[in-house]
Amino acid sequence: MFADTPDQQLFEAGTRRFLEANFPVSRIRELADAPTAFEPTVWREGAALGWTTLLVPDEAGGGSISGNGLADVLIVASLFGQHAAPGPLLGTNVVAAALGRWGSTEQQTGPLAEIVAGESVAAWAHASTRGLRPSSRVGVTATPSGSTVVLRGRLGSVESASDTGYLLLTADAPQGRTQFLVAVATVGVQLSALRSIDLTRRFYDVILDDVVVPVAAQVGEAGSADEHDADLLDIVAAMLLGEMVGAIDRAFTMTLEWTFNRYSFGRPLGSYQEIKHRVADMRTHLEAGEAVAARAARAVGTGAQDARSWVSAGMTYLGHHAPEVIQDCIQLHGGIGVTYDHDLHLFLRRATLDAQLFGSPSDFAQRLGLLVSTAEGAMA
Amino acid sequence: MSADLISVEEFAANAKAWIAAHLPPTDPTAGHFFFTDASQLPDDHDLTRISRCRELQRMLFDGGFAGICVPKEYGGQGLTSAHQFAFNSELRGYDYPLEIQASTFIPCMALLLEFGTLEQKLRHIPKMLRGEEVWAQFLSEPSGGSDAAGAMTTALRDGEQWLLNGSKIWTTGAFCSDWAMCLARTNSGAEKHRGLTVFSIPIRSPGVEIHRIELLNGSKEFCQEFLTDVVVDDRDRVGDVDAGWTVVTRWLHHERTIAGGSPYVTSAGSRADAAPNDGPQLAELARALGTLDDARTLELIGEARALSLVTDALIESVTAKMQAGSLPHHAAAMLRLFSGTGNVRKTSIAMELAGDAGVVWSPGDVQRGGVALGYLVRQASCIGGGTTEMARNVISERLLGMPREVRADGGPFRDVPRGPN
Repeated sequence: MFADTPDQQLFEAGTRRFLEANFPVSRIRELADAPTAFEPTVWREGAALGWTTLLVPDEAGGGSISGNGLADVLIVASLFGQHAAPGPLLGTNVVAAALGRWGSTEQQTGPLAEIVAGESVAAWAHASTRGLRPSSRVGVTATPSGSTVVLRGRLGSVESASDTGYLLLTADAPQGRTQFLVAVATVGVQLSALRSIDLTRRFYDVILDDVVVPVAAQVGEAGSADEHDADLLDIVAAMLLGEMVGAIDRAFTMTLEWTFNRYSFGRPLGSYQEIKHRVADMRTHLEAGEAVAARAARAVGTGAQDARSWVSAGMTYLGHHAPEVIQDCIQLHGGIGVTYDHDLHLFLRRATLDAQLFGSPSDFAQRLGLLVSTAEGAMA
Repeated sequence: MSADLISVEEFAANAKAWIAAHLPPTDPTAGHFFFTDASQLPDDHDLTRISRCRELQRMLFDGGFAGICVPKEYGGQGLTSAHQFAFNSELRGYDYPLEIQASTFIPCMALLLEFGTLEQKLRHIPKMLRGEEVWAQFLSEPSGGSDAAGAMTTALRDGEQWLLNGSKIWTTGAFCSDWAMCLARTNSGAEKHRGLTVFSIPIRSPGVEIHRIELLNGSKEFCQEFLTDVVVDDRDRVGDVDAGWTVVTRWLHHERTIAGGSPYVTSAGSRADAAPNDGPQLAELARALGTLDDARTLELIGEARALSLVTDALIESVTAKMQAGSLPHHAAAMLRLFSGTGNVRKTSIAMELAGDAGVVWSPGDVQRGGVALGYLVRQASCIGGGTTEMARNVISERLLGMPREVRADGGPFRDVPRGPN
């Protein structure tokens, strides 16, 4: 759906085959009850397909397909949405992008290389649950102590934290808010599992109980975290847009077929004008969502001046409409739509999680409103 | 595309330089008639503006930027839609003949290009491109807005001439136009869609009477016409006799591209974006009201801006897909639906931001008056140019192949029911 060039189409076909083979809906249902929702071996195969290199510059061991790695990641993200696929796609790519841009040589040859190879996964502990401004409530403090730094505090709703992985977090440090990369296996990092609306995406509360890391765990300049978190929010939002479009595409396709095959009062459901008009609205939302997701990925991926406006517009729009369209798909299915046996909820879960996790539609609308009311927005 | 065409990049660079050297800045009183307080405008406002549009169109023509993808033999530039879009993207901030793009170039010029005789094309298109002929659309009738095929205006043949009688309505700017594309019934014994024919008629012909209609915001751009024994030459017939519906199908398609995406339209952006309820204008309103720091205000401004940006992205994407053939031309109905519903929401946002300032205002306060009167006429953006209900029918039936509505208008047109009796 987002593949424009022949190379991108090849990449899309490979990823689609892989996801179809490994994550049919029957498998997603099994994984719902499994202790881990993805197997490291499967993730490594995904990495081999190219899922982890796209946002990393060539010189740091990465590489894109089209020249705009975010447009390439959008292809994977939409397929993840279409399959409600498990795996640390978002966190791994966000952290890879961060390390590729701001990581030290040691961080790039160590953790980043592991992440790109699919040997390690990574999670971004988004510092703020609000899209509008950097949070004034910091969950973690960083206290220098000789050649080390002591991290204390709590991070909520961190995705896919696991023993083999890394956490990119923002802490309140003496020189201002600063990012650190911490191995989850470090002494003092305590995870407690949370429940989530999505069946296969796993989240944790992370407690940092006097976690001692070397000074070299710092990512980028001291005090740069607010700016960097805003950039990373743009990147993750572009991926969220892709997932949401994929999820509504799947739900819409199922629903359109249903309106042809389901008869009521002796007529196909889809012959009623009320149903036809609702389906027309859904189809238009799908097209509009796809258009703004592609436009946002193009803008953010190329560092365009109006990138933040585009991606915020996408999150404002799809964050509201993606779950609403799928809810309407459920409505058109009638009673079967709200059963666990029907597959529609897999996509509602994915779209709803994506629409809220990194900021609600109203948060992103405020972020865009703020851009509009300043010179930056007027440029868009 | 032939190899000797100027590259899009070079063309865009030439256009940028020419526009900066020749076109004046945007006229704040131009355009977006649907959404503003038009009650304060002087009576001759529209006439003055159309005269200005004719001058601006002539400037485009003389500069080599009129009819960018119209063949050279008809006075165009013989280039591609990519050249037109490149030109358009340089236009923002400058004045251009916005008000004559629809209906002169779409659908009228587009229809002449598709269905006109060589003589008709040579006679009209160069004049359109020079701003000498402004065209209007005699399509809708008082008896039925969306049901274009139900036209009751009749055309009776008399040798090499036709005699037209009936009434047309919702014609934009008929009072300041020169020609009209007119749909008429030439055979009421045939099935509804099979007895229609399209004509081009000089608006100042004897028997054409024009009345201006006043909308809720004071706009008088729309007209109703009464045709009484209007004589039209057969050489002004567009397309075959009784084959008018073939022409109208394309007519309606071109009309749906008014929201954006037509290769024949010179435009600095979608209408949605040019409307006064876009984010920056709403921010100005909130600033004037002193509410700009409020989180709820920012959220509403952001929502409006998001709708404009999504509309732009949708137009760009669907246009490209239609050109590449990956979407059929019926997909244009999605643009019509989205820009209509988007404008409705943005208009409501303006009212919500304004509160009491949107319902009570000082005389001459065009900002607040615009909110009030724009709100009253809000639904026009889901009605004009084909209702959003019709767009939803096209999307579901034509784009998605869902079952067609049951027809009650088969058989000879003269037998089709027209009322409860």
